[in-house]
Amino acid sequence: MIAYLIRRILYAVPILIGVNLLTFALFFVVNTPDDMARMQLGIKRVTPQAIDAWKRQHGYDKPLLLNTAAGGAGQFTDTIFWQKSASMFAFDFGYSDDGRSIGREIATRMGPSLVIALPTFLIGLFVYVSFALLMTLFRGTALDMAGVALCVLLMSVSGLFYIIGGQFLVGKLWHLVPISGYSGGADSFKFVVLPIVIGVVGGIGSSSRWYRTIFLEEIGKDYVRTARAKGLSELRVLFTHVLKNAMIPILTGVVVVIPLLFMGSLLTESFFGIPGLGSYTIDAINSQDFSIVRAMVFLGSVLYIAGLILTDISYTVVDPRVRLS
Amino acid sequence: MSFIPVILWSDALVFLLVVGCVAGVWYVRQREHLLLPWRRVARSGVAMVSLLVLSLFFFVGLLDTLHYRAALPQQNNGGTVYAPEVLSVFDNLVAPLRLHNEKTYSAPFALTLYAKESTTDARGNVLREYPRLQYGGAHLSDASQRGGDVAQRARLGAFAGLLVGIGLVWLAARGVPGRAAAQGGPSLRGIGYAATAATLILATFIGALANLATVYHVLGTDKVGQDVLYLSLKSIRTGLIIGTVTTLVTLPLALFLGVAAGYFRGWMDDVIQYVYTVLSSIPSVLLIAAAVLMMQVTIDTHPQWFDTAASRADLRLVFLCLILGMTSWTGLCRLLRGETLKLREMEYIQAAQAFGVSSVRILARHIVPNVMHIVLISLVMDFSALVLAEAVLSYVGVGVDPSMISFGTMINAARLEMGREPMVWWALASAFCFMLVLVLAANLFADAVRDAFDPRLNRTEAGV
Repeated sequence: MIAYLIRRILYAVPILIGVNLLTFALFFVVNTPDDMARMQLGIKRVTPQAIDAWKRQHGYDKPLLLNTAAGGAGQFTDTIFWQKSASMFAFDFGYSDDGRSIGREIATRMGPSLVIALPTFLIGLFVYVSFALLMTLFRGTALDMAGVALCVLLMSVSGLFYIIGGQFLVGKLWHLVPISGYSGGADSFKFVVLPIVIGVVGGIGSSSRWYRTIFLEEIGKDYVRTARAKGLSELRVLFTHVLKNAMIPILTGVVVVIPLLFMGSLLTESFFGIPGLGSYTIDAINSQDFSIVRAMVFLGSVLYIAGLILTDISYTVVDPRVRLS
Repeated sequence: MSFIPVILWSDALVFLLVVGCVAGVWYVRQREHLLLPWRRVARSGVAMVSLLVLSLFFFVGLLDTLHYRAALPQQNNGGTVYAPEVLSVFDNLVAPLRLHNEKTYSAPFALTLYAKESTTDARGNVLREYPRLQYGGAHLSDASQRGGDVAQRARLGAFAGLLVGIGLVWLAARGVPGRAAAQGGPSLRGIGYAATAATLILATFIGALANLATVYHVLGTDKVGQDVLYLSLKSIRTGLIIGTVTTLVTLPLALFLGVAAGYFRGWMDDVIQYVYTVLSSIPSVLLIAAAVLMMQVTIDTHPQWFDTAASRADLRLVFLCLILGMTSWTGLCRLLRGETLKLREMEYIQAAQAFGVSSVRILARHIVPNVMHIVLISLVMDFSALVLAEAVLSYVGVGVDPSMISFGTMINAARLEMGREPMVWWALASAFCFMLVLVLAANLFADAVRDAFDPRLNRTEAGV
């Protein structure tokens, strides 16, 4: 198990290097630092001195990959690649355009993101699986058909509609909760309940339909017939046998997103004014702060790969036949 | 000539797509075994109704793709001068909608503007009142006549639409049963009912809408007074291009790499797997955002590349499709690799290898045709997700050019007006409704296609 984990983590290193090289190419080779400076300073009437000053201020005034002016190891370390891109492996994300440490911002903003994302994830999983089990129980009947039709309808609605509609209905028309905002303390419940409900509702369509397909596939198998032949009730067959055996395909899709919960949701957080990582990313995109976007891309892939490793571990937990070696 | 045709980059890709579709239909029609699953699709009433709705959207999108620049009346020493504005055939067809611009917001079917304005009457008194619209309901002398006029126009238009619909059904009915009988296929009468009803209802509805739209702003007007119905109809093209061109541009890549990785294995498999693992391990929104930001910098620092604003917006759309495609081809590639790994162990492939058939030929003749159902299914399944993604990306600020009319830009502009009292709801509602109809039709059609083509799904259905 331990040996397997170490191998998996080592296997993740080349992928992260690939991600790192890709972001480096995207941010520094497709457009040179000069282009970025010109963009930030305004396209017209920008002097070469201003560009140089901007580059020096942001630390972009070094060669990209190889510094022939420096000696020894400095040839490689005194470059943009080493200082801006490779340093991310040490989770040193540098500074944003307004001079704040990106690493510290990420650490403080993870909390609010989790407060929204974790309950959404847990409640959502419970609701989707229950709904799918219900449809499976009534499979082939009009009730099941209506459920599937509802799912298709719900998944055809734009995610923006759920947020805007929810804010309008609950926040503006019924005045139940504030439309947006956030406070760290105990009274933050009234701020987070609407984003969580909307997050759960928004995912019902596609997720429930997906789980229903999984359950239907399981229910056609032989062990289900055996269980029924033993005289078990349909409910018992469904809840103890089918649900347990459907765990593997469910976990494949579910566990991988758990680490990504830290990143929050771009849309929800920006609409509800939650100071999490999602709104941080949106703000960075709108103000064209490339260092933040670069950091988020790298962080996102680290968390995704962590999710893949977690998925493998979870298999051994739910299925004793799976041995990691 | 009174106009010159303009072919933007996205137009060229759409034409390529249309040619490909026509060639595909022609190819499939020659071969009975390829026609079989399509017959299964045709037997489903839901699929045919959604196909009808989709073709309506595609028809509008195609008309909107035929671009031209009109000639200006003045001559420049003998040569004709063309207007800088790029129009489409669709713009020309709905010219009243495009040109009847009001001053600012007005509600659907309104006769007056949304906000009060100060006017000075003949005696110099300043009045605060809702000014009348310049075009919307301008033929009425006062508001009390509106109800009767709307009902009358709707009835007239609906009746004309119904007649056209009956004509269309009659034409189709003459064409279809003869062919079905000749091929000895199942009677097409069964599917006829749902599709016929849908045709008649749609024709009636469109007739009424068209007749009303000539004199009213049926869906109101937006901040700068543009007709919302016009904006919604124009958005269709953008949505369709994002939904189709994206898959089109990366399909060859996914197909080639996926099949090659599965068939040749070895180092090629390792390299291709590495590439798509790296790409898919970056959360797609972030990768898209990063790529679009970089594209923005390139476009902004090279203004000399574009002669018109339309061509810049268009190139940005094409790049957005490319970027979306780059992030979404990995899933298809993985599926194709898996399927090819399975196929290459089949007896007929081994027989071909034993006969000394070259790898390229095996791939082209035996592997690729047998993975095409996966390609088709993922193509139709991706479409609706991409249409929805466009709106979200435009909201995030990494979508289409802000000057390009799309569902995303419409929602983005209308979202800020939710706080107003009374609320400006019509632009938002229209964008969401048009999107819902388009995506719902696409989803239903995609389901029917998947059910008909996926061999695995058929088996489980039989098992239930």
